[in-house]
Order: sequence, then C-alpha cells, then structure tokens
Amino acid sequence: MTNAWTDIKNTDLVVVMGGNAAEAHPCGFKWVTEAKAHRGAKLIVVDPRYTRTASVADYYAPIRPGSDIAFLMGAIRWCMENDKVQWEYVKNFTNAAFLVRDDFGWNDGLFTGYDEEKRDFDKSSWDYQIGDDGYALTDPTLENPRCVWQLLKKHVDVYTPEFVENITGTPRDKFLTICQMIGECSAVDRTMTSMYALGWTQHSKGAQNIRGMAMLQLILGNIGVRGGGMNALRGHSNIQGLTDLGLMSNLIPGYLNIPTEKEPDWQTYMSTRDFKPLQPNQTSYWQNYSKFMVSFMKAMWGDAATAENDWAYDYLPKLDVPSYDILRMFELMDQGRVNTYFCQGFNPMLSFPHRGKITTALSQLKTLVVMDPLETETANFWQNHGIHNDVDTASIQTNVYQLPTTCFAEDEGALVNSGRWIQWHWAGATPPGQAKHDTWIMAQIFQRVRKLYQEEGGAFPDAILNLTWNYEDPDEPTPAELAREMNGRALNDVYDPADDAKVVAQAGNQLSGFGQLRDDGSTMAGCWIFSGSWTEDGNMMARRDNSDPDDTGMFLKWSFAWPANRRILYNRASADMNGKPWDPTRKLIEWTGEKWEGYDVPDISPTAKPSEVGPFIMNQEGVSRLFTRGMMRDGPFPTHMEPFESPMQNVFNKKMRGNPVARIFESDAARLGTSDEFPFVATSYRLTEHFHYWTKHNVVNAALQPEFFVEISEELAAERGIKKGGRVRVWGKRGEVWAKAVVTKRLRPLICDGKPVHVVGIPLHWGFMGAAKKGFGPNSLTPFVGDANTDTPEFKAFLVNIEPAAEEPVA
Amino acid sequence: MKDTATGPTTAVSNPPVQPMKAYFDTSDIVRISATKDVPQPTRQLEKLAKLIDVSKCIGCKACQSACIEWNDTKPEIEENVGVYENPHDLTPNMFTLMRFSEWENPETDDLEWLIRKDGCMHCEDPGCLKACPAPGAIVQYSNGIVDFIHDNCIGCGYCVTGCPFNIPRISQVDHKSYKCTLCSDRVAVGQGPACAKACPTQAIVFGTKEDMKAHAETRIEDLKSRGYDNAGLYDPAGVGGTHVMYVLHHADKPGIYNNLPENPRISPLVEGWKGVTKTAGLAVVGLAALGATLHGLFSRGNRPDDHDDQAAETLVVERRDPENGGHI
Amino acid sequence: MAPRPYYSERGDHIDGKAPVTVSRYRGFTRANHWVTAATLIVLAVSGLALFHPSLYFLTNLFGGGQITRWLHPIVGVVLFFSFLLMFVQLWRLNMPKPEDVTWTTRIGDVVKGNEDKLPELGKYNAGQKFVFWAMTGLILVLIVTGVMIWQQFFGYLVSIPLRRVAVLVHALAAVAILLVFILHVYAAVWTRGTLRAMTRGTVTGGWAWRHHRKWLREIASRDTKGPAE
Repeated sequence: MTNAWTDIKNTDLVVVMGGNAAEAHPCGFKWVTEAKAHRGAKLIVVDPRYTRTASVADYYAPIRPGSDIAFLMGAIRWCMENDKVQWEYVKNFTNAAFLVRDDFGWNDGLFTGYDEEKRDFDKSSWDYQIGDDGYALTDPTLENPRCVWQLLKKHVDVYTPEFVENITGTPRDKFLTICQMIGECSAVDRTMTSMYALGWTQHSKGAQNIRGMAMLQLILGNIGVRGGGMNALRGHSNIQGLTDLGLMSNLIPGYLNIPTEKEPDWQTYMSTRDFKPLQPNQTSYWQNYSKFMVSFMKAMWGDAATAENDWAYDYLPKLDVPSYDILRMFELMDQGRVNTYFCQGFNPMLSFPHRGKITTALSQLKTLVVMDPLETETANFWQNHGIHNDVDTASIQTNVYQLPTTCFAEDEGALVNSGRWIQWHWAGATPPGQAKHDTWIMAQIFQRVRKLYQEEGGAFPDAILNLTWNYEDPDEPTPAELAREMNGRALNDVYDPADDAKVVAQAGNQLSGFGQLRDDGSTMAGCWIFSGSWTEDGNMMARRDNSDPDDTGMFLKWSFAWPANRRILYNRASADMNGKPWDPTRKLIEWTGEKWEGYDVPDISPTAKPSEVGPFIMNQEGVSRLFTRGMMRDGPFPTHMEPFESPMQNVFNKKMRGNPVARIFESDAARLGTSDEFPFVATSYRLTEHFHYWTKHNVVNAALQPEFFVEISEELAAERGIKKGGRVRVWGKRGEVWAKAVVTKRLRPLICDGKPVHVVGIPLHWGFMGAAKKGFGPNSLTPFVGDANTDTPEFKAFLVNIEPAAEEPVA
Repeated sequence: MKDTATGPTTAVSNPPVQPMKAYFDTSDIVRISATKDVPQPTRQLEKLAKLIDVSKCIGCKACQSACIEWNDTKPEIEENVGVYENPHDLTPNMFTLMRFSEWENPETDDLEWLIRKDGCMHCEDPGCLKACPAPGAIVQYSNGIVDFIHDNCIGCGYCVTGCPFNIPRISQVDHKSYKCTLCSDRVAVGQGPACAKACPTQAIVFGTKEDMKAHAETRIEDLKSRGYDNAGLYDPAGVGGTHVMYVLHHADKPGIYNNLPENPRISPLVEGWKGVTKTAGLAVVGLAALGATLHGLFSRGNRPDDHDDQAAETLVVERRDPENGGHI
Repeated sequence: MAPRPYYSERGDHIDGKAPVTVSRYRGFTRANHWVTAATLIVLAVSGLALFHPSLYFLTNLFGGGQITRWLHPIVGVVLFFSFLLMFVQLWRLNMPKPEDVTWTTRIGDVVKGNEDKLPELGKYNAGQKFVFWAMTGLILVLIVTGVMIWQQFFGYLVSIPLRRVAVLVHALAAVAILLVFILHVYAAVWTRGTLRAMTRGTVTGGWAWRHHRKWLREIASRDTKGPAE
C-alpha cells in the first residue's frame, strides 16, 4: 500500500478491481464503510463475479477474467479525451514531459525489441532521450510527439469504449458510467483509492494490471494524497513482511538484490547501482544503496565483513538464473534435480498451480521437511485419499519429516500489515504438544550445520562460520534480539556528514533511522527499511497510542510504519508546486516557507524546496513514471494481453499466446488447453469464511463453509443440465475436480467478441486434511505459468469444462 | 454514533477489563413466562437495542463465528447444498444465521445480493414468552432483552409457535429451546453482544434503543442519498417494536430479505390459544367440574325404586311382562 | 349362531335372580375402560399443567416439567389405542336409533328423572351415545393435533403456521373432552347404580328396568332358564 488501511476513510471513491476486499479483507474493509458513512464515498466494484464487496457497492460492472488492462487503458483514454486530468500534477509530478527515444515503438501487440527465440525484449529503446548533461530531455508543454504524454495518448487510442466492451465483456454503458465516476476524481478536492489484491497479481501480466491503475491514479493526481493511492491488500497478515525481509529468492532484506553470476565482485555489483538523478536537484534516494548493503553485510558477518574483503561480498550467493521462484523450484524438482526441500509455513500441494505436477515433483524428493503448525496436505502428499488424493503410496519413497511449529497466536514478534505498519504482538497462548517456535528450529539446524563445518571443514565454510550469532541463548534468538538487529546499531560512533564533530549515534547504540546508515562499516542493519523500529527509545512497533490529531487517519504514535514511520508514501505530492495542499481539507504536509510540516512524516528532505525537489524521491527522475523505461520486462506501458488459456485470441496479434515474455517451461506449454476443448473461463478465489488452507482445520469455520463448491451462472447450469446443489465434474487440460454446484445470478455470461463467455468460479479452501469435508481446490486445474515480472502464477484465468456428475465419488 | 448511552455499548469501545458488577440482574425482570403479576422492578433500565445495518453487512459470518465461540456451541459440519447459508438454518447450536437472497431490482434491473443476519428480534411483546407454559423459562428484562432460562425450559416447543419470526430451535439432545440471548451475560458486565463485537464493518451496533434509532436515521439518510428512496428502519410495531432492528435499503419490501415478515405480530391463533382459550377454557372446565360434583353428589340422584326392582323381577324371574301382565 | 341381538351385546346376560342382577360389562371391557379412564386422567392433569400456569404445579406429580412434556404425548398414544379397542367393542350399540330422537326432545324429563315419560331404551341412551361419539371425535382430533405439536419426534415435520392451528385446536378439543368427561362422570354418579356396571360389571334389575328397558327385555327374552329354577 502506498497509503494505510486507516487512510481509506479519507477517500471519495473506492475502486475495488482485482480484489474482493469485503470477502478477503473484511476487517480492513471497515475503512471503506467508514468512508461511505462519513464522507459519502462511493464504492465501485469491477469483478467477474458479483462478490460480497459488490453487495455493498454503489456500482458494479462485470469483467472477463484477465482483461483488466483493456479496461484500465480504456479508462485512461476516456480521462485524457474528456480532460479529466489533474494537469498540474501530471506536468510536475510525472514523467509526462520526458522525451522518449525515437526508436521506441509498439506494433502488433509488441513493443520494440522483441526476440521470439529468447521470449524477451531488448529494452534499450525503452528509454529517455538523455542530454549531454546526463539529464533526460523534457518538453514541459507536452506537445512534443516523443514526450511520454503524447506517446501514452497514442498508446491508449485503440482502447475505445467499443473496443473495451468487446474485449472485457463489460457493457459499454457500465464502463462509461465508471469512467465518469473515476474522472470526477481528477479534481483536486476529490480522491479515489484503488484497492486490489490477487485478482490483479495472479495473472501472467499481473504487474502490468497494477501499472495500469497506478498510471490512472497519477493522471488523476491521486498518489501521495489522503484517500488516494495504490493499495495492495496483502493476503497473509505478514506477507508484506515476507517481501520486506527478502524472502523472495532474488532479494535480500529491504528490497536489495542478491547478486547474480554476472556480478562477481562488489565493484561490478555497485556499478549499475549509482542511481544518478535524471533531473537536476533530485534526491534519487537509492544513491544510498551502498550504505544499506554494507550495513546489511555488517549485520550478517560483523567483524568478518571489512572494507578489505569488500564487506564479505564473496560470502553472498550469486544467482545463475534471475530467480529461484516456486515455479522454477518445482520444475527442477519434477525433473529430479532437487534432493531435499524445506517447506516452512507453506502448503505447496494446494497453493501452487497444477497439483498433479506438484505431486509428482514431491514424489521425486529424497527428503521433505515440513515445518507447520497444521497437518498440511503437503506433509501428507503420499497418503491415498481416494479421489481426493489418488496416489500410489507404495511407489513414493520420499522421507517426510514433520516439525510442528507454533502459530502466530503462540509467538511474540512483529507482523507487517498491508499499510507497512510493523505491529508488535505478544504470545496469547502456550504452544501445544511438541510445537516449537520457528526461530528455535532454525537455530538448532544452523548450530548443527555450523558444527559440521567446524569439525569437517568444507569447500567454503567462511559464510557459515563467520555468521554473526551473538544471541543470549544461541539455541533460540529472541524476537526482540532479531528486531533490534534488523533496526541496526552503530558499531562505531557515527558522525553527522555536515559536521564531523557531531556524533549522531554512539557506538553500541540502536540507530534512530536509516539516515544514520553508513557504508564505511560503522553501522549495521539487517533490514534498512525497518530502521527506526527499535531505537534507543525502545520498541517503536509496540506503541499503542491511538491518538490521531484532527482525525486524519495517520495514527503516527501507533506502532511503526516503514519507511521512517511514514504513513503515506510520496506525501509531498499532496501539496502543489508552492507546497500548499491541493485540498486544504485533506492536508497532509505543507511547506512553511522553511520546512515541510504536517500530520505525516514528510516523504522528502524536510528542507527541500517545493519548487526544486520532486516528490518521488526514490526515482532518479524525481517524478513518477507513466513510462517505466526498461524496468518491467513486458513493456513500459501496459498493453492488452490474453491469459495463456483464453476463449479469445489476442486482437492485436493472433499468434501471441499470453504474455510474450512470461516464463513458461516447455513441458507446461504442452499442457495448455484451448477453448474448443475447454470452453469456459475459470477463476479462483477465496471465501470470507476461510483463511487459505488453515481454517478448514477449525470446526467453527468448517461449519460455516463446509464443502467445496464451484459457482456458475443459471445460464450455464441450464446449458449443461446442472442443478443447484448437484454434483459436478470440472476438468481442464491438467486435471479434474468434483464439486457441488452453486448456481447463482451473481455470475452472468459475458459477451466478448460477439460470443457468450461463461465463467466458472472456483474457491480454494478445501483439501483432504482437516475438519471440513474432503474436497479439491482450483489448483488441480491451474496452469503452471508465471507473471513476466514477478513469476506469480496465473491463478485467475484459465480454461475448463463442466458437466453434471454422479452423486457418488468415482473411485 | 454519539456516546450518550448510559448502558454499555460495543463495537465502538472496548469493555472494561476490571471485574465489574452486573449492570442488570434478575431484579430487573419485567415479564416471566406462565407467571402472572410479576413484581415490577423499582427501576426502569434504559431500553437497549442491536441495530443491524443490512446495507453495510458484507455477509462475512464473523457474527456467526463469534456467536459459536461465545456460546460454545457445536454446529454440525454439513454439506453444501448450493447456497451460502451454513448451517442451512438456525439450529439449537446456531443462534444467528446470515441469510442470502439474490434479488433483481425491477426498477434498475440490477442484481442486489441482500444479506440479512437472522436471529431473535427480542420483541417488546415476545410471542415466545406468551406461548411458554413453563413458569420462568422465558423472561424479559426491563431493558428489553428476552432470555431463555434453560433450567426451567421443558422443551415443549410452544415458543416456536409463539414466535412471529420462526426463531427458537429445540435441541434434540437436551430438549431445551435455544435462541440468541442478546448476549445478556456479556451485556450485564459492560460488553456488547459477541456478534456486534466481531462485526468488521460495524453493520451490527449495539446501545440504547434511542441511540440506535438516531444512528439508524443517519444511515437511512445516507442510503436515501444513494438512491434508496425506500430505505428505512425495521422496528415492527405489531410486536411492540423490537430490540433487534434492521436498517433496510428497501424497507417497503421486507419480504425480499429472505422473508422478513411485513407486519409481524403474534399469531391471532396463539393469542386466542393463550388468551381467551386458556382463561375461558379453564373457567368452563372448572365450573362444570364444580357444578357436576356438587349436583352429582348432593342431589337426590336418579335412583331405581322398588317398583323398578319388582318389575325387573317380574320380567326376569316370572318371565311376565310387568307392564301388561302377559308372558314375554 | 343366533342373529346378532338388536339392543344388547351377546355377552350381556342375567347374572342373578334374587335379587335380579344383569351383567353389563365383562372384565376385559371394564379393564379397557379403566385404562382409558386412567390415561385420560393423566392426560387431563398433565395437559392442564401445561395449559394453564396456575396448574403448572401439577407437573410435580410427574417429576417436573421436562418429564411431563415427555410423558403427556406418550400417554396420549396409549389412550388412543386403548380407546380404539373400546370403540371396536362399543360402537355398534352406540349407533343412533329412532327412540334417541324422542329421548333427546324430552331432555327436560331426563333431567327431572321422569323416566316414565321417556321411551324405552336399549343398552345406551342418547346421552351416553353422545359421550361415546364425542370422545371418539375429540380423541381423534387430539391425537392428530397432538402429533403435529409433538416437538420431540415431529417438531420439524409440520409448518409453524399449521402448528399454531394445531395447538389451538388441541387446546379447544382438550377443553371439550374435559367437559364431556365431566358429563360422563357426573351422569354416572347422578344416575345412581351406574358405577357398579364398571366396577362389578353388573347392574341391578331395577336399574336396568328403569333406564334400559329394551336392553333388559332382550336379555330376559333370551334367558332360557325356566322360572322354577
């Protein structure tokens, strides 16, 4: 989230698209009801299904799964055409005026530089025209045909309301009504918030879906303001913390990168990370990259990381591929190239696409270790459960070790919510049975591995032997110790760069923020963005003061929000070029003539003059990007692409299947279905009664939603002779499931390209373990395809067929 | 919501953590089932109410979950029968239930998914209490809460017939009647109903009835501004008003919310049964019994006389007809 | 076999001659009657306990409200079958006859005890027949409505609106059957000499002559034993 849950109450218009906030985030959704109740805010829902969120919406429109980009580009086109643009914002706070290289272009659904062989773009043309001074060329009048604004105008020109209706199935009048409602939020005194979740991310072009809305929000001037923003609703209570702490296979904590094989030494690694500003006077905060990185390595290896050994850069692993995401790991496992898999707090058997492949992959392992509080399907993948898990147990030779762990309610620690609030919590219950904290288990494993290296040596023991492990009880680091380490502390006295005599942090003290980090080895911090969360004043995350001056929703004294306790990112953009709030009733920060002041921690240097320094301080441009240069693999603008399994061909390029640069393995490409065999579009989703695959173990939740079902329209039910509550078989290219049929008016066939498109809704909470009735999930059917930028699987749009089934399970 | 309630409110503020004295108790009972002339309490508690704003409800079933947890009930894990209602109906183990209706608004042609939290309405004039034959099995407090006292319940099911909203359910295990208690045990110690506490959107709020009505007014105004011209409060007069009220977007058509009764009232049949039949019936039987006893025992009676005996003897022994003297 | 008698049952016979006694009910029928009577009384007491709060204390006789609620319908079923058995035995002579009309129109003389102004009658007079048929009808109504409101077994088979009708009808029928019951007992007591028909099984000749002369005549006429004996 750029903003915070509590800020949603400040909005005038909530657009829920690519999510189902009421259903999947009912507690956070209360802020929508607050906005409706207290500001008269309107709620728009655009979703293939009439969801629980739609049930309380002011306006609902259906959309074909996987066609969001067309809708969003259509909305941008409508706003540009109807002058619903926050012009001052666009001209000053976005890169609309930047000139793009002449050789950049778009044709046949593809941007320049496509290499079909490599399934990749040569992105060199996707860049600004750089002047001799090293700064990008701009045209503040926005008239130059090569400026981003004109290119965008040209890019979205094809997305007429007719085109949008044809692709998305959204009736034109509904689309136009929504455009109108959205367009009103270009006024400085009206803001719109976008709430989205997996409905946008889980596509082969998920990141571009989100880009589309972000661009729309920038055009409306809704980023950095109260009640605005791009608000990703995170699914797990700590999934934000997962990415923050670098649990992605290509990241280290704080969104720093794991080096690749092409970066064998520190100098090479840093050479592409100087982040020189592309406009004069701009902050380009990533210029401090080396401070974050060195402090991280000091946290890892302490005294062993020295200037002489490039801060132990050699200890870091170097990736041979862009990432070892879950799809790649299971592809390797399926090929028999993985011996041991540690599965911690994860249920891949049900969570990952193409369950059949996951099962055979797990069966190839020698050892599977499952750390989980629950009896997961993954831990029991080898058990035969009739049709619900039809495996040949005798043929599976995998050793499975189950290490029971505690769950969140039995742990002390911090969770990062969608709004980046790191909230400390305390254990509410004693762990049952033999359950142990994950930290205890990890510490045991580490100590034993280290002992092996100590005793037996090894090819390269340094990284293990030198790892900092100075916890009071080496058997179980406490959450407090780990949190203090992430915040960082001064190893030597740290001085003010402007005043060599002034000590800003004494050696041994906790740092008060990442501004105190240094790249000379005098500081350490495990996760630079968390710096400030545990200072010399104590645990900031444990703060519980809910005072909120003037009811702005900022709650600055409640826990800690990264970065720097800032509640709304880019909040400098809430004020105009003179530093005055666009909307005085929604003031966030203001330029007093000398400094920035207000309700939130300014997202800019406190003394940076409003006319000089742009609000998007992390960007080299100092402004936001409507055009992303080469930073996304599939294009600097979003362009409509069909899902890999779609009832329609790509209208731009009939040969193009899915996202042309999305990663797909050969064996999986062969297992894609087509609409002649599988005529219906399926989409997966969650239900409010359950949380993922956990709560089916709980008798209360199981009673509230006991059995697996699929949802279909009355029209499809009639066409296939399916009765309400009857049993159906749903099958696709990769598998089949049996379910009860919920026949509903909330799904209607959409008309796309003149033909009806039926949608089959498949919720995902059932498996063969737990208290609820045994069932299936959508992932027996979903394709093994990942988003081009994030490798997130395409769970939200695939093809199936459906028919009535006999009541008794087929053995 | 304004903070004027002297009684406890919830879903807005947290309850006190210190032990507190019960804010009402059995001395505040104003009505007791099958009991005449209940001594009236010396004080009148402020009337309480739970307000369920159907237009804010997202159907998440947190209320059901909280209800199960607080009351420690064990609803069955049933099947899916093609609908979202689970359990499929109110049960002795499920005191509240989200009911879902898909309604196509004929005026706009748009689908509306109407989700209503069903459960005891806590009528000011409770039909269950009227129908109940067991003294003390159902009580009403002066704050409006209608509560079942299970020690006194005999499981006859008369409350089911008395209820205009079809709420009570009789357990097949202990043969007692169960329904929402409005969390009388929580309310008594400054906490609101568990469902209101759990409701993430504050579609369920709780406080004094006056406050709830005022709050409902603001909600209705908001709904009207959004084009729901018939938005209104459901506080049906036919049962003297209720202590569980709904804000409905279509208050003119309560029936579309899964058959919420248009004009609920205690059935005239039940009124007749528990009113005139009960009194008159007992009176008639009593009088008849008394009269019959007195007359039957103390009147002379209809006694055969000697003449009759002789006639019989003549007939039977002499085989002559005593009336005409001839042989028979 | 001789043709079925018109005013009496085959088993009715002269039991003694000095003084004359007539057998009116055999042992089985008497037992059947008293089972029915006992169940009816249990039902009346338990029913009244649940019918009017002022009589709820009567549930103590059965061990409390729960047991009363459990017992009442079960006893009801016993009564139903017990009465059914009686019905089979008694229905024939309870069929209306022409003299019933005369008897009924002279009800004033019945009350005054002016038996000589009434027609001669068979085994039952119109009042007794009324009791019989009223019992039959009301027991049918009570068993049907009773099952409809029998929560424990049939609680959810019958719709609530229908159950509301059922409880009312059940209550009205119960009041009615109590009145009939009172009438029955009252008449049995007021008509002195009647009770022994259901205790000893016999009535005096005088009683029979006075109240059921055709019945007595028919029995006497088939009493083949000579007067000399």
